[in-house]
Amino acid sequence: MDELFPFIIAKYNYWASLILLFIGLYGMIAKNNLMKKIIGMIIFQTAILLFYVSIGVKQGASVPILFFSEDHQPLLEASAYANPLPHVLMLTAIVVGVGTLGVALAILQKIQRVHGTIEEDEILEDMRQ
Amino acid sequence: MIDQAPVFIVIIPLLAALLLVFATPLGPRFAYGMLVTALAATLAAALATLNLVVAANQAVHYRMGDWLPPHGIELVIDHLSGVVLVLVAGCALLTAIYSLRTAEQDNPDRLNQYYSLFALLVTGLLGMVASGDLFNLYVLLEISALSSYGLLARGGGQAYYATFKYLIVGTIGACFYLLGVGYIYIMTGSLNMADLAVILSRPELQESVSVKIGFTLIILGIWIKMALFPLHAWLPNAYSKAGTTTACLVAPLMTKVSVYIMLRMMFTVFSADYIFNQIAWSELVIYLASAAAVVGMLAALAQRDLRKMLTYIIVAEIGYMTGGAWLANAAGFTGTTYHILADGLMTLCLFMAVGAIIYRTGETTKAAMVGIFQKMPITAVVLVIGAASIIGVPPTCGFFSKWYLIQGAAQAGAWVFVAALLIASLVAAVIFFRLLEVAFFGDLDAAPAAPEDGHGQGHGPAVARAEAPLSMLIPMMISAAGLIVLGIYTREVVSYFISWSIPAGF
Amino acid sequence: MFSPSFYQIAPVIAVCASLAAVPLIALSGSRPNLREFWTFLAAGVKFAMVFALAGWVLAGNVVEVELIRVLPELSIALRVDSFGMVFALVSSFLWMVAATYTIGYMRKLNEHAQTRFMVCFALSLCAAIGVAFSANLLTMYIFYEMLSLSTYPLVAHHQDKEGRAGARKYLAFLLGGSVGLVLPAMIVIFAITGTVNFADNINSGIIPADTGSTLVVILFFACLFGFAKNGIMPMHAWLPGAMVAPTPVSALLHAVAVVKVGVFCTIRVMLYVFGIDLMDDLNLGVITAYIVSFTIVTASIIALTKDNLKARLAYSTISQLSYIILGVALLAPAAIEGGIIHIANHAFSKITLFFCAGAIYVATHKKNISEMGGLGRVMPFTFGAFAVASLSMIGVPPVAGFITKWYLLVGALDAGQLGIILVLLASTLLNVAYFAPITYHAFFGKPPAGEVHGGGIKEAPLIMVLPILLAATISVILGFYPDIMMQFVKMVTS
Repeated sequence: MDELFPFIIAKYNYWASLILLFIGLYGMIAKNNLMKKIIGMIIFQTAILLFYVSIGVKQGASVPILFFSEDHQPLLEASAYANPLPHVLMLTAIVVGVGTLGVALAILQKIQRVHGTIEEDEILEDMRQ
Repeated sequence: MIDQAPVFIVIIPLLAALLLVFATPLGPRFAYGMLVTALAATLAAALATLNLVVAANQAVHYRMGDWLPPHGIELVIDHLSGVVLVLVAGCALLTAIYSLRTAEQDNPDRLNQYYSLFALLVTGLLGMVASGDLFNLYVLLEISALSSYGLLARGGGQAYYATFKYLIVGTIGACFYLLGVGYIYIMTGSLNMADLAVILSRPELQESVSVKIGFTLIILGIWIKMALFPLHAWLPNAYSKAGTTTACLVAPLMTKVSVYIMLRMMFTVFSADYIFNQIAWSELVIYLASAAAVVGMLAALAQRDLRKMLTYIIVAEIGYMTGGAWLANAAGFTGTTYHILADGLMTLCLFMAVGAIIYRTGETTKAAMVGIFQKMPITAVVLVIGAASIIGVPPTCGFFSKWYLIQGAAQAGAWVFVAALLIASLVAAVIFFRLLEVAFFGDLDAAPAAPEDGHGQGHGPAVARAEAPLSMLIPMMISAAGLIVLGIYTREVVSYFISWSIPAGF
Repeated sequence: MFSPSFYQIAPVIAVCASLAAVPLIALSGSRPNLREFWTFLAAGVKFAMVFALAGWVLAGNVVEVELIRVLPELSIALRVDSFGMVFALVSSFLWMVAATYTIGYMRKLNEHAQTRFMVCFALSLCAAIGVAFSANLLTMYIFYEMLSLSTYPLVAHHQDKEGRAGARKYLAFLLGGSVGLVLPAMIVIFAITGTVNFADNINSGIIPADTGSTLVVILFFACLFGFAKNGIMPMHAWLPGAMVAPTPVSALLHAVAVVKVGVFCTIRVMLYVFGIDLMDDLNLGVITAYIVSFTIVTASIIALTKDNLKARLAYSTISQLSYIILGVALLAPAAIEGGIIHIANHAFSKITLFFCAGAIYVATHKKNISEMGGLGRVMPFTFGAFAVASLSMIGVPPVAGFITKWYLLVGALDAGQLGIILVLLASTLLNVAYFAPITYHAFFGKPPAGEVHGGGIKEAPLIMVLPILLAATISVILGFYPDIMMQFVKMVTS
């Protein structure tokens, strides 16, 4: 027990995103309402965004903009800056996520029009007829 | 100019996708012409690139904006991706030509938007094949996935729900992949494939649990995308409810490109040594693949709807390719890569033939097949050639990929996989035999036996000749001829393109 | 004699002549006479090529032609040797005979879809010659499959429920055997040896001596039962089912093309892939000999119970095919010669019998033996030929079948297999029991009640009777001059 706790705390960002990930996955798989499935999907994607963002973070580092020390010399130590690459990647991933959300909502609207409902069991019932 | 060819492969269809939206006022004919021209240009660029690769006998690296890797994004085209690019561009071009009638029939109101998505999907697929960067691959994967959702949903009616399920599952797959890439990035600090291969070969990373988790997530994500049994449930519904053109474009290419990505991950990013010694799942995966082949074919046998039957055959074919890749020997790898080409062509051929039959008869079940040999003789012959290739009748290319796969399985001692391949072939023979019997002789159960008309030609009542339109026939005939040509030139294809990519250590 | 380069092209022409005729036959469907002309032209060209090659092979040459190299170590290639020549001569000659007969049969009965029939007929002959001239397992496999597929429409010709069921069974057994057993065996052989080319002689085979014996045994039986066309029990069930086909097809299936291809492939694999030495080491020959002995006796007993003439002939075929394999399985030179020569002897005799059955059907629409009482007096030529061919089947000198039996007995003695001698004697008695009554009944029996044969002769059309007489005559000639074929066979064993 004494060792487990620090183990969890030391990487708390991983655990947090993992929990979010499973909440999202649960929503996508188990929920009957299609809208809730979409919400699950967003949580799922967000968990991954957070995971990426958190791995770029460094203790005591600054934003990755070239930083000058007092004698006007550029500070070129990598440890002084947060890693910008994961953040940039996630900008793209956010765009992708928004795109997916848009398509999902559009299709959901169509499903509502065709089947008259967005509850999965009712749709299946409707398709059987 | 010619050394810029790699970038044109991606840029031409992307520009076409943009311009097609703006070209709406110019009418459907213009859109069709533009799409076909753009894809023909893409094919030319792909061929030029392949020529570059073969001439230089090494991979062609194209650095976007001249930024050097590992920071810049690069396109890497070697022998293997070169051929797959040609396959994708070629299949897309054939489908575009084929789409003249069906696309308009399926999309009377938004043809340009439809074609735009078409071009975007092709862009995504080509980009995935050419990309040399893991994150870039993710973006292109999503581009192709998003555009395929749009295309599949155009099938209307039940297609919406099927597409929605595909969207959910596809997003899970893509996110798994992205998460896995995250793990790899944490451990290596790089996203460039060639760079990663060097970094990952360090002993401490070979042992690392995080890398293993990363690999597992990536492979799981790809398996979902390529519908490996038992993760295949989304595929049959999504593909069989789609419009004819969409099915012809999506069905042959998307899963095949996913298989290609799996090979890239396994053998380029990671290494054969890592996969088979550190991960050491191959036995399990081969069982999965064998199950996929048998279950897929049996499920296909149980289908009444023609296109749904074909989609289950895809599930089985994915089993073939996955099994071959995990056999850990040269014959298995050759079989898998060759089968990517062969299966892409034969799935295209069958989907186009079945699409034409559905287009003419309006039926989607076995009833559509009655008397096809009299009604649409050329389509029927195309169907026969495609079926022969799926069954594995020489000299079609399906026979030779099976040859390599069985040879590899025998060398690896994977007798379960050998048995699965043979059972699947026999079941495939039964599937197509049932259809062709009806197509040839008519259906005895449905209609009374055709009266014997004595001496002469016809069997039974004269059936009006109603061949598919020329715009459908030409691509169909090209793809059917391609199956035979590819089969006859197996040796050339293998020795010029595939043998270069066989991983070291086999 | 022609220039050597001619002999490089001749096998290709021999295989492709009927293939080239296919579009011509298909296109001239509306003009039956022209269509039949193409058939004869192709048959003539084919036979001429085979005949020319026969002389070249007799002079001790072997022709090898590579058509396509599909994989680096694998090609589609033709090779003309003495063993293949035996089969090629028989089938290309009998095609001409069978084509004549077929035209008479089809026109007289006014059958439907004659063009399709002739197209498939031509395709199947292309495949048969292809099998005879194959240089390796792959080529042989391809032509073997082509034969299965091209004969399917022939078997299903009547398109009714029964015809389709028979054809389905036909395809299921043949494809099941070839895809399920032969194909994996071939690929495993390729994986072990790195080649699928046949060996140059019948002793060594191509399988390395250090291969595990269990694997060799499995491969051997996969090939033995996989070539289901050879009719070894229990893979024989398609043969009676395929009886629903029109009689010329039955004749083609049972005498010329299909079953002989099965037997030919089996022997090719036994002698040129496994080799006598290996079979001897593992005792495979003796085991095979007893397996086929079972088939010989059982099929003969079943034949006794059949009243339908074609069904009886079908079971007779199953039994006779096993003679051929039996001879080779004994592994003694005389027995191998007896087995191989039986390919020719059985072909001519059995095709006569089937032609007779067809002629009887065309002339009287009778299918059952019990209805044929006294018919010999109405159709003396047909039944005369039938009698000669039955004698050959039984093995009475001087008809061809006697030669086979003689060599087989000598071979069995050489091999010291007394059990096999008993089998041969028993089956001869059974042959007498199921063939003799037919002829006796036809010449000396009474017509069925309520049926009166008017005086005089009422034969089938001349175009059908002539091939019957020709085939029967050759059966006799082969009995008097066995050397015609035996010179090729001797080259196989020497």
